[in-house]
Amino acid sequence: MPSKEVVVDRFKCAYCGACVSVCKNNANELVETFLVINRELCNCCGLCVKVCPMNALRIEEV
Amino acid sequence: MNDVDDVYDVVVVGAGPGGSMAAKTAAELGLKVLMVEKRQEIGAPVRCAEGVSKEELSSLVDVKKAWIAAEVAGAKIYSPSNEVITLSAEQAGNEVGYILERKIFDRWLAKQAAKAGAEVMVKTTAIGIEKKKESLKIKLRRMGEEFDVYASIVIGADGVESRVGKWMGIDTTLRLNEIESCVQYLITNLKYDMDYCHFWLGHNRSPGGYIWMFPKGNSSGNFGIGVMPSMAKKPAKAYLDDFLEKEGVDTTHVVEVVAGGVPVSPMEKASAERCLLVGDAARHADPITGGGIINAMKGGKIAGEVAAEAVKRNDFSAKFLSVYDRRWKEDFGKTLERNKALQKKLLKMSDETMDKLVRCLKDCDLKDMSVGSIVKALIKKNPKLFWDLKDLFL
Ligand SMILES: Cc1cc2nc3c(=O)[nH]c(=O)nc-3n(C[C@H](O)[C@H](O)[C@H](O)COP(=O)(O)OP(=O)(O)OC[C@H]3O[C@@H](n4cnc5c(N)ncnc54)[C@H](O)[C@@H]3O)c2cc1C
Ligand code: SF4
Ligand code: SF4
Repeated sequence: MPSKEVVVDRFKCAYCGACVSVCKNNANELVETFLVINRELCNCCGLCVKVCPMNALRIEEV
Repeated sequence: MNDVDDVYDVVVVGAGPGGSMAAKTAAELGLKVLMVEKRQEIGAPVRCAEGVSKEELSSLVDVKKAWIAAEVAGAKIYSPSNEVITLSAEQAGNEVGYILERKIFDRWLAKQAAKAGAEVMVKTTAIGIEKKKESLKIKLRRMGEEFDVYASIVIGADGVESRVGKWMGIDTTLRLNEIESCVQYLITNLKYDMDYCHFWLGHNRSPGGYIWMFPKGNSSGNFGIGVMPSMAKKPAKAYLDDFLEKEGVDTTHVVEVVAGGVPVSPMEKASAERCLLVGDAARHADPITGGGIINAMKGGKIAGEVAAEAVKRNDFSAKFLSVYDRRWKEDFGKTLERNKALQKKLLKMSDETMDKLVRCLKDCDLKDMSVGSIVKALIKKNPKLFWDLKDLFL
């Protein structure tokens, strides 16, 4: 079964925290100014992808 | 046993305008305060268009030239088909008057907190809170090292990405129709009337939000957009780039890129046992304008006062702390509620209706008119179109 994950494009990310504010699972966090996504908590709902102003997030098949 | 060095009355998480104001107020009232900020530099990177009302700001702090980037005479509002109305700063309300240099302002305000006696730690992140019987154990991480401090009460001023509320039992997660997704360029060599803030309306170019240009002195300005993710079909940046291209704005002089999210849906309770939330963490930004600096400062001040009262009484119960909710609601909460209701109507309004509204306003004599009387005038002019708004203002 193909599984998915959310990935961040570090060159596009502006470390704004908008994606963190919409995640119900507390799966993402700005560690100082570095966005970290915790795969164990993330269910790939895609809300953070929708909210990102910089188009820095995408869901990828792995 | 804890040693007294790491025991505080209040720990404030986040050193934005909300946190600094809370820390300053609490320290002035004699509390032992620690304010932690996870970034290495207070105020940077900026997540803001930096517009504030002169009157409101002056009522909270002594205005310093060092952090005023520009002053504006009012606002120009462009309808979806680019009809323009010009409002004076008084008519335009909360977000026009001064344009701040927040990198300097935020740092200055944090210094005021320090001057009042608050301890300030940067590059220090709150990573969790454990409720103890007589206090809170707040876990911090500074430059890779984890340690704990103890406090009677925590003030969560940790902005849109807030975790403090969640740790303390207040759900602050935003839905896609409760946030504006924003991006902004600081552009130089702009060719606009720099005595005004400029606002462009229309769901077509900025679904569920608007586009702005706030002057920052000389020919530079903050050119930005907010869109509501539940209505947008592409990322905010793509809408802004399209608009700038259509407007013919020269984007070869972009000196800064800013992104951010603003909560645009107020909540009922910003307090819990041993916890107060302020600013964006408490969703205190305005649902229509997205402006949140002033309310963060006002809420911070109230939170500092309530914390001092709680310490005096040694009562940190949810029941006592709900006095905080009562006080911010009395102050600016009513406006938040009204603007939330107005926002719901505006979100449903078509671009054609918005055009008609702006055209009607152009014909009205707008001198010394409050929002209420503007709406009254509109309803008189075109009852069918604007009847819907009457409950909110009359
Ligand atoms: C693009 C954009 C334009 C805007 N334009 C305007 C405008 O023109 N006028 C206006 O009034 N408002 C505007 N706003 C809104 C305004 O920026 C916010 O309302 C305001 O900054 C809120 O202040 P605050 O103190 O609540 O939070 P913030 O200023 O966001 O500060 C929160 C702080 O907490 C820190 N923090 C978060 N988590 C932790 C943790 N776990 N540990 C330690 N520190 C932590 C963060 O690093 C941050 O410094 C705009 C917002 C955006 C995104
Ligand atoms: S995809 Fe959903 S669960 Fe995963 S980080 Fe984004 S918002 Fe959180
Ligand atoms: S919303 Fe986008 S730009 Fe902002 S921190 Fe998340 S990934 Fe980065």
